[in-house]
This record gives sequence, C-alpha cells and structure tokens, in this order.
Amino acid sequence: MGTVFNPSRRGVLAGSGALVLGLALPLKGKKVLAQTSSNPFAPNAFIRIAPDNTVTILSKHIEFGQGPWTGLATLVAEELDADWDQMRVEHAPADVTKYANVLFGVQGTGGSTAMASSYTQMRQAGATARAMLVQAAAEKWGMKPSAITVSDGIVRGSSNSATFGELAEAASKIEPPVEPTLKAKKDFKFIGTDRPKIDSLRKSTGTAEFTIDLYRPNMLVAVAAHPPAFGGTLASMDDREARNVKGVVDIVTVPQGVAVLAENTFAALKARDKLVLNWSDDGAETRDSAALRQLFVDAARTDGIEAAKTGDAAVALAAAEEDGTFIHEAEFYFPFLAHATMEPLDAVLERAEDGSVDVWMGSQIQTIDHGTLAAVLGMDQSNIRLNTMLAGGSFGRLATPTAHFAAEAAAIFKASGMDRPVKFMWTRTNDIKGGYYRPIATHKVRAAMDRSGDILGWEQTVASQSLTKGTPFDTGAEVDATMIEGIKEPYYEMPDHRLTAHMVDIGVPPLWWRSVGHTHTAYVMETMIDEMLEKQGLHPVSGRMRLLKDPREKAVLARVAEMANFNRKMNPERKLGVAVHKSFGTYCAQVAEVSMKNGKPKVHKVWCAVDCGQPINPNVIRAQIEGGIGYGLGAVLFDEITLGQGGKVDQSNFHDYRSLRIHEMPQIEVAIIDSDENPTGIGEPGTPPIGPAIANALRRLDGTRHHNLPIIGLNDPVGV
Amino acid sequence: MAIELTVNGKSVKTDVDPDTPLLWVIRDEMKLTGTKFGCGMAQCGACTVHVNGETRRSCVTPVKFMEGSEVTTIEGLEGKEASAVQKAWTGIDVPQCGYCQSGQVMSAVALLKKVPNPSDEDIDTAMNGNICRCATYVRIRQAIKNAAKEV
Repeated sequence: MGTVFNPSRRGVLAGSGALVLGLALPLKGKKVLAQTSSNPFAPNAFIRIAPDNTVTILSKHIEFGQGPWTGLATLVAEELDADWDQMRVEHAPADVTKYANVLFGVQGTGGSTAMASSYTQMRQAGATARAMLVQAAAEKWGMKPSAITVSDGIVRGSSNSATFGELAEAASKIEPPVEPTLKAKKDFKFIGTDRPKIDSLRKSTGTAEFTIDLYRPNMLVAVAAHPPAFGGTLASMDDREARNVKGVVDIVTVPQGVAVLAENTFAALKARDKLVLNWSDDGAETRDSAALRQLFVDAARTDGIEAAKTGDAAVALAAAEEDGTFIHEAEFYFPFLAHATMEPLDAVLERAEDGSVDVWMGSQIQTIDHGTLAAVLGMDQSNIRLNTMLAGGSFGRLATPTAHFAAEAAAIFKASGMDRPVKFMWTRTNDIKGGYYRPIATHKVRAAMDRSGDILGWEQTVASQSLTKGTPFDTGAEVDATMIEGIKEPYYEMPDHRLTAHMVDIGVPPLWWRSVGHTHTAYVMETMIDEMLEKQGLHPVSGRMRLLKDPREKAVLARVAEMANFNRKMNPERKLGVAVHKSFGTYCAQVAEVSMKNGKPKVHKVWCAVDCGQPINPNVIRAQIEGGIGYGLGAVLFDEITLGQGGKVDQSNFHDYRSLRIHEMPQIEVAIIDSDENPTGIGEPGTPPIGPAIANALRRLDGTRHHNLPIIGLNDPVGV
Repeated sequence: MAIELTVNGKSVKTDVDPDTPLLWVIRDEMKLTGTKFGCGMAQCGACTVHVNGETRRSCVTPVKFMEGSEVTTIEGLEGKEASAVQKAWTGIDVPQCGYCQSGQVMSAVALLKKVPNPSDEDIDTAMNGNICRCATYVRIRQAIKNAAKEV
C-alpha cells in the first residue's frame, strides 16, 4: 500500500476547542484559518472533532453512490472507538498536498480504490485522534493513559468520563503519537459489520445537495449546444431569435460550442432551441457506426502489438488441429456505451469580491479539474476553490483525464464576464450525444481444449481505443493497459497463450465505464471458456475449477455454485449461466438463472460470491454488487450508442438509450467471503461477470451464441 | 398572466412564461430542490411530484395547466404512507448516489396510498417509470414491501 502517514505537531491546529488531525506533508504557505469553538474549521485535516461532540471526516473521495463516505467514517470510527451516531462526513477541498489518492499521486477517486487506498491511512488518523484524546484525559484526571478506556464515543478512567467533544480542546494541545497502534482484527467493532449508510436519510428526503441544487444569489443558468459530429466547430450562427427570448442575458461562443446564459433554466433551454447554428465538419469524425465497426472488426482480424506471450500458441494450435481437436474461433463486438448518470454534468462558478473563484462540481479527479479551471480562467490555482459536491452517479463519467467539462464550464463562465454566478448544466441530450463513451472493442479468439478440459492453445487479439493516450495518465505504453486488463495474465491455466492488441484511433472521445476493460475482456474469456467446456461435455463449474490458478478465485466460484445449487434439476425453460472474474483486486463469481419470455431474456435471479479482502461494511458491499449487476445487465441487454450519417449520434435520451428498469431487475443474493487481506475494490467488480453469466445461460437455453452486444438492442419496448 | 397553484399547501402565484415546465417553477422559482431534473421528456421519473394526489412528471407539465392544482413535492410529503416509505428507505439504505430517489419515493408513496399491499406486479407497474442508474431496484422493491407492512 505504501501509505506514508507521519502525523506531527504541525498537522494539528491548536487552541480552538477543536481537535484537528492532518497529514504532515510539506505544505508551503499553509494557512491557519481562524477558528471559533462554535465553528470549528479544518482545511488541513481528515478528522475534526467539535465541542458539540460530532466527529467529521473530510472525505478525499467523492461520494456518488459507492459508499466511500460511509466507508471512511467506518475506518475512523473503528480506531477512534466512536459512536456511529456522532460520525459526520463532508467532502475535503481540492488540495493534492493533503488529499492525494495514495495510489494515484493526485487527488482523485476511481479504479475502485477508495477503501484500498485509505484503509491504513484513515485507521491511523483515527488511532492518532484516539491516543490524543486518551492523553488529554489522562492529564486532566491525573491518571496513566493505560488506565483509560474508550468505547462508544466515551472516554473513561476510574470514576471519570468525558465525551470526545469535552476533550477536544485539551486534546488539540497534545503531541500526536509517532506511530499509533492499530487494532487487531479480533477487536473490530465497526469494520466488517453492517452500519447504516451515513447519507441515506438526506437522500430519502430530498435534502441531499447536488451541484444542480445550488442557487447562488443573482445566478445565471447556462446551457450549451454542441457540434453534431465529434470534433466539429461552429461555422456561423444566427442568434437573433434566441436573444429575443425573455430572460436571455447573453449568448457566447466557446471552443466547445455555443452557450445561452439566462435568468432561469427554461429561458436558456427555449433560447437554445431557437439558435440557428451552422457547423463545420472540418477535421470532425464523420464516419458512421457501420464504418467504425468495420474498422475495429478488421483490426482484430490482424495480428496486433504483442501484449502477452507464454509458450507458443501458434504451434500448439497447429498441433491440436493436426490431432483433430476442435478449434474454437470467435469474434466479439462491444459497442459504444454511454454512462448516462442520473445527474447530467453540471457546475456552478462564482467570483468572490476579492477576485477569487469558487467552483462547485462533482469533481472526481480534483487535481486535473482544478488545474484545468485555472488554465482556462487564466488564474492562479490558489485563487480557485474547487468544492467537490455529491454527484448523481458517475460510473467513470466524472473521471475525465481531459477535464473537458471543467474546461467548458470555465470557458463559458469566462465568456460571461464572470460578473454573476453561473450554473452550467448539460441536458440529457448533451449527455447521451456528448461522447466519452466506453469505446468500441472487438476481439478475435482462436483456442482449443482437449477432452480432459486442458487448454491446448489460446490466441487472442483485441482492438479498442486507448483511454489514456494523450492524457496525463498516458504511460507511453504501446498497448493501453486498460484494453487488456483481466486477460493479460489469464487466470486459467493456458501454457501456450498469446495476446495482441490494436489501439485504434478515431475521433469519438472514449472514457472508462464501470469496470473499464473488464467490461469486454471478462465477457470474452468467460463465454469462450464456457463454450469450450460445453463442447467437450464438461461441467461449467468443475471444468473451470480445474483450470483456475488462484485459490481465492476458486473459492468464490465454489461458493456461488453452492449458493445457486448449481446441479439441481431445473425447469427446462430455465438455465443457469456462470462466470468468474477478478477485477480491481476483487474476486467475483456469479450465477444467473435465465429464461426467455416473450422473445426476450428474463433474468430471474443472480447469485454472487465476492472476496474483496477485509470487508469494511458488508451492507455497502452487497449494495455495490446489486448495483454493479444491474448496471452491467442493462448495458449488455439493451445499450448501444450508434453514429448515423455524418457521424451524428443517433440516440438522445432514455427512450432510445435504455436503462434497466425495476421489472427487469433480478433477485440478487450475495455472499461475502471473509478475509484478512487488505480491502480491494467493490464499486466495479460486480459488473464484469453478469454479461457472460447471462450469455452462457442463454446459449445453454437455445444454442445461440451472443458474441455481438447488445443482446437485445434498441428495439426493446419500454414497459412490462 | 399570473398562474395560481398550491405547492405543499401554500398558495403560489407565478408570472413565469406559461410554457415553463412545473419542474423549473418548483426549482428555479421556489428553490425546492428535492425534485430533480433527469431527462426533460418523462422518461426517467426523477422529477416526479404529486398533482392532486396523482404522480406527475413535472418536467413535461407546463405550469399553465396547473392553475388551481395542488402540487406536492418531496419537501411537502406527509402522512403515514410517506413516513413509512422514508423510514423503509433509510432502514435498508436504498439510496446509492441518491439523485433519483426523490422521484422513487414520490412514486412509492402514491402507490401505497392506492394499493396498501402491493404485489410485485403492482410495484413493477407503479415504479417502472422511475429509472435508477445505480440499480437500487432490489432494495426499492423490498423497501416498498417493508413500508406496506408498516402502514
């Protein structure tokens, strides 16, 4: 994990009645902000204990549903021996010197790393606070620290007792311990136990505040029109009619398109409809989906850049063919997918009297958004406060290495003159047509299995867009690691294996989408293995068990087969499909029970066994598996973004970009494997296995191989 | 032309463009932000409110048709169904990102007012206009059943 945690005196802001803990990192010009006991304030800290006895965690991870607020609070509460009811969470400000993701080096959330990267760091923060509270109590009561206990948020010694709040001021003057002692697993009271989520109440009563909910005094609302083809630019515009709409304040052009600024949302939307816009396609991506699809299909048919090689797959396959072994050849197609977060992208920008600027947005990679805002506004980053907001979903969408949305918002704000606050929001149409899709991916596989179930040879080529090329995440690798994750080192025994890859360059901006490359690599591996086992008359579970290398992977597969009672006698109209896949360090196996109803798949139930290391909050883990399955299921069944004539996106809203709905959601049963290993990801690993589990069940139902996604597509009517 | 309606029991007079969807009157004019914008074409249900006791997608409802109507948003929910639903929602931690949940709660409350003990089919019919991209549907279904027992 490599966590560097080194609390020292200067991380503690003293004399305020508030105990504040922070990381001692080289902070230049650190401001110690004025504090009062009624208004404790802690910009340089993870933990703030106020005299009112609340413990507030400053979350360096954005909360958009995956539960990091609850998770980080759990870690701190554990080591602090707090009472769960006193825990509070807020987003930390954007400040890479204090809040960097220890796995990224920048402040950001993603790759299902929130718990993995914070496990030791946040526990140490909690343990440090506890030690200081104990020392304060010891001094106050004239006792040895070893004679003092803490439980449920109360510090006790002999006949004395005090709340954290009562000790906060004294504790803030205590020297923090150099190396706080962390609890042993057997002493855990919070970690591994269900706790209510910290944000459920406000999200059930409409009081959770998202970016779109901010109404700053005198604020304008801005909406944008974008070129219909990716890379297009504005050639000319007639905005006379639009400007006549009551409430319109200005219409500005920015590199991204045209924005209407108005007194209210409806005026902005109405005026946008009245803009007469002529776009230039010079340099734009104007190819349609058929042309783009062929590009990727053709690429996968040719040898790519070698990404992995063990033994000699070509020789092995030739020998197998010679022996009369069946050679499985298959091509797979995965379409563009939009994330379609419930809250369309938005940001609020406001200039303060001193010329500094506040930006509120669902920032997922704060360091990149912050730098981009500064560059576009032409300001020093220290004069911009980037305030991370709760966001209505992300699934990867807010983690933009190009910070394109921050750039557009800043450009519009700047063009507006910055005299009034601006809320810039995309509409659903902007979102669905806006690019940054899970890119097209194609695979071609040649492989052989013998009668005993050994893999004799495996050749695979993948073609997709690079997600990182030309971004700050570009490692310069010839093959983007995200294209081949999950299959670079096959988790099945295959002594003769070769993987090659093509990075296809097209003008549609790509982005990671929940579970990233695993969205296609798991699908290919798990459907191929299943087909090969079936061809040899071998059992889909025991056949896999024989080939799996990792005991933890075997354990989740065995567990899920047991949960689903895999070998039971089934109604012939229903079949089970299985898949297992490790992603983001987490092992996940699923079984889906599927039938066909009115010509379309009906997924009745999904069983899932998951090993994500030490479980932190099982309630959140189950929720993420449920959600990860639902998210993957909708996409695999229905979704595809297509480009029509001139490269214009065909889809525009939820009527033609389908989301899974409640009647399509299967029952879900989750088993969490207990583990002493460090926690790994949970936001994404539930997604990869569901597609192949369903595809395998469907094939076993009617023999149809689903190698081209989506399985049903856009013709499926909405409704029961 | 001023339009008069009742929102959460309070009489409201508005002189906005009469074509303005009720959603933007609720949000932009009244600053009641629990009701969310999701699609603008009655596809996702994030904007669901009650109009005269019936669920309504406020994003496609021009305010000019609301003259004299009684509108309830999540901020104005009351009654035993509402408290049972919200208690059930928090009880099993339905929300993930939470953005769609105001709409989900409004649809669930309306369902329970009409059908005190809804079957799975009743739930599907009442709730399938409300999209949740986090796919919290398993818990939505369970929470509605829990709330029904409570009422």
